[in-house]
Amino acid sequence: MAALINRRELLVQIAGIAAVSGSVGTAKAEHVHREITAAQVEPYTAKAFNAHEEKTLRALCERIVPGATEGGAFEYIDLLSSNSDRLAAIYHGGLASLDHESVERTTALFVDTKPAEQTALLDLIAFRENADTHPDLGPCIRFFDWVRRMTVDAYYTSAAGIRDIGFKGNGALAEFTVPQEALDYALQRSGLS
Amino acid sequence: MPQGHQSTPIHDVVIIGTGAGGGTVTQVLVQLGLKVTILEAGPMLNPARDYKEHMWPYALDHRGAGPDGAAYFGGGSNYFGAHAGGYQIPGEPYTAAPGSQFRWFRSRITGGRTNHFGRIFFRCSDYDFKPYSNDGLGTDWPISYEDLSPYYDKAESFIGVAGTTEGLRSAPDGIFQEPPPPRVHEALIQGSCRNLGIPCIPARMAVLTKPHNGRAPCHYCGQCSRGCVTAANYSSSQVQIFPAMETGRVTLINDAMARELITDDSGAITAVSYVDKVTRAEKQIRCRSVVLAASAAESARLLLNSKSSQHENGLSNSSGTVGRFLTDSIATSVRAYVPALDGMPIHNTDGTAAYHMYAPWWELSKPNKDFPRGYHIEIRGGYDMPRVGAFNDLCRRNQGYGQSLKDAIKKDYGTWISLNGRGEMIPNADSFCEIDTNSVDQWGIPTLRFHFKHSEHEFKMVEHMQQHFTAILEGTGGTVEPDSRPTADKISTGGSVTHETGTVRMGDDPATSALNKYCQSHEVRNLFVADAGPFVSHPEKNPTLTICALAWRTAEYLAEEMRKGNV
Repeated sequence: MAALINRRELLVQIAGIAAVSGSVGTAKAEHVHREITAAQVEPYTAKAFNAHEEKTLRALCERIVPGATEGGAFEYIDLLSSNSDRLAAIYHGGLASLDHESVERTTALFVDTKPAEQTALLDLIAFRENADTHPDLGPCIRFFDWVRRMTVDAYYTSAAGIRDIGFKGNGALAEFTVPQEALDYALQRSGLS
Repeated sequence: MPQGHQSTPIHDVVIIGTGAGGGTVTQVLVQLGLKVTILEAGPMLNPARDYKEHMWPYALDHRGAGPDGAAYFGGGSNYFGAHAGGYQIPGEPYTAAPGSQFRWFRSRITGGRTNHFGRIFFRCSDYDFKPYSNDGLGTDWPISYEDLSPYYDKAESFIGVAGTTEGLRSAPDGIFQEPPPPRVHEALIQGSCRNLGIPCIPARMAVLTKPHNGRAPCHYCGQCSRGCVTAANYSSSQVQIFPAMETGRVTLINDAMARELITDDSGAITAVSYVDKVTRAEKQIRCRSVVLAASAAESARLLLNSKSSQHENGLSNSSGTVGRFLTDSIATSVRAYVPALDGMPIHNTDGTAAYHMYAPWWELSKPNKDFPRGYHIEIRGGYDMPRVGAFNDLCRRNQGYGQSLKDAIKKDYGTWISLNGRGEMIPNADSFCEIDTNSVDQWGIPTLRFHFKHSEHEFKMVEHMQQHFTAILEGTGGTVEPDSRPTADKISTGGSVTHETGTVRMGDDPATSALNKYCQSHEVRNLFVADAGPFVSHPEKNPTLTICALAWRTAEYLAEEMRKGNV
């Protein structure tokens, strides 16, 4: 395995280079390993959605990707919708049509229905082909596609999602090596070894 | 009225642009003891502030989608890239003629596009300089590989390039540091290529794997496009301009948009007129010589806009060739899901920029091909840092929601390999840029209109690419993603590979070229061009190293001509 240079070693290495060339300062070296955390301390105030929309959208995001709340999916969609008339129209209209379909089926708004009732509706609108058998669900199906896409984006670009997917990079290595077990795994399975 | 008076100093050399060409000319002239003055249309670069190396996507509230979610509507920019600009710059428009599509990427900042480019650093082959002699198409260069080879040596030695000695005519060897090893997806492609008789060798990258000239080796974060704060890769800003500035012999004027070259009665350039973007004032700087390094199309624009009673078609354009012969690399791609990668232990595949391995052109001597030139193959794959849109295709295929969706995403992660072609485009009469007389940018400078057309040569080559990429990917056991579009739609839009070349071409005959074999104007003895404008043909090799080598040669020639009193 490649040796991971620790921060101190990297700074020493870069400082040494700076001494030679004078072109790389310690401020720049600090930047190399700067870690930016998106800690949200203040309670979030929605920019694009009212309280009911926020509650519905938060619930929807979490159903689509468990962990989406921690991944900041609602805040992401809210920010972009607050700066985009197109996205705002998609979400205002989509959330309203979701509630409409929920009331049609259960007499209650989406967030006020039982989990099993939510699941029954989601199972319909999460698949494009259901528009063939339920033409009235077309708008909800297209809306769900938007929420799924943006929730997935938000989650997997968050610290929680990056941890979950198992991404191992964005570091500093002294040398680059490829794990033999990974090579063997793929070459054998491909029949190319 | 432009400011500028007889009392102002006369600058020996004014270089316009700070990319690979301008950076190399600056470095070489300063090493030879000359003083240079540089005009850069963008601001000064501060790598610590401007490079977003190692920044996680969640450092931006919009995660890179753009504050208005532009990424969801086919627009937006790579917010983590080290460029300042892109295909559209507010207030600096260009147009495409009816029936043409062209995208023009500009980066307005010290170092230009070298801050973010792929660091791919290929030499052109001997045959690349004599295309007309080989197949009767296009035009031969006025120089040969032997003329440029010493300058490839110099550029590689100074800049530092990783690669291996292979002895292939289509991929001339250079002066190399040891390259990084193939990643798993590259080893699979290498294995499949071996079975198909296609060479697959380590890429040649302007990335250090050992310390070099006071620069640190790569730390393998795979983020070259974000700019490298330790300058382990080549950028003209950090590797050439900044060190040259430390000598005190460089005057760098930022936010200076060159407008026009001013000539005297003898036809020589006496001054450069530019707009100071900060004050919007037009200024003049007097000079003994000018090196255009603004990028091919921008240099052509400046010449075409430098009209006078003596130069009615623009400067150095008696031949009418300025703006003509515009080309871009021919790109197409095929991607496949590769089951052999499914379930592999996830590991760090960042490595260096772009790709560690590639396939150089392999059918050089094959007779009866239905297209005349060639291409190389670039390989992409691995466990990338997640970004906006990364799992969009998976969501579209898988649909659903909840834990099953997350499981599908995890299973899909890192299991795709894509092959991307970079092929030679043959200059044609229908591809050029010209001044759009109805339009000026926000600095009052007339803008460009692009005309662009691919020929049957390119269509046939793209079909060849598609067939062979499919065969290579299937050789790994991969399932190729179906693509039913017609061939014309599988070719990259002109300009989108950002390899625009031609437009101020060199040649021995002043009737058919703008520059001589040293990239000096046939007509204006103190005018030189040092970007991809002088390229006579567009070999499949990525152009940056050839820009550097040509610029190095031009700079040495200019210094010698100045010493002799000829310039």
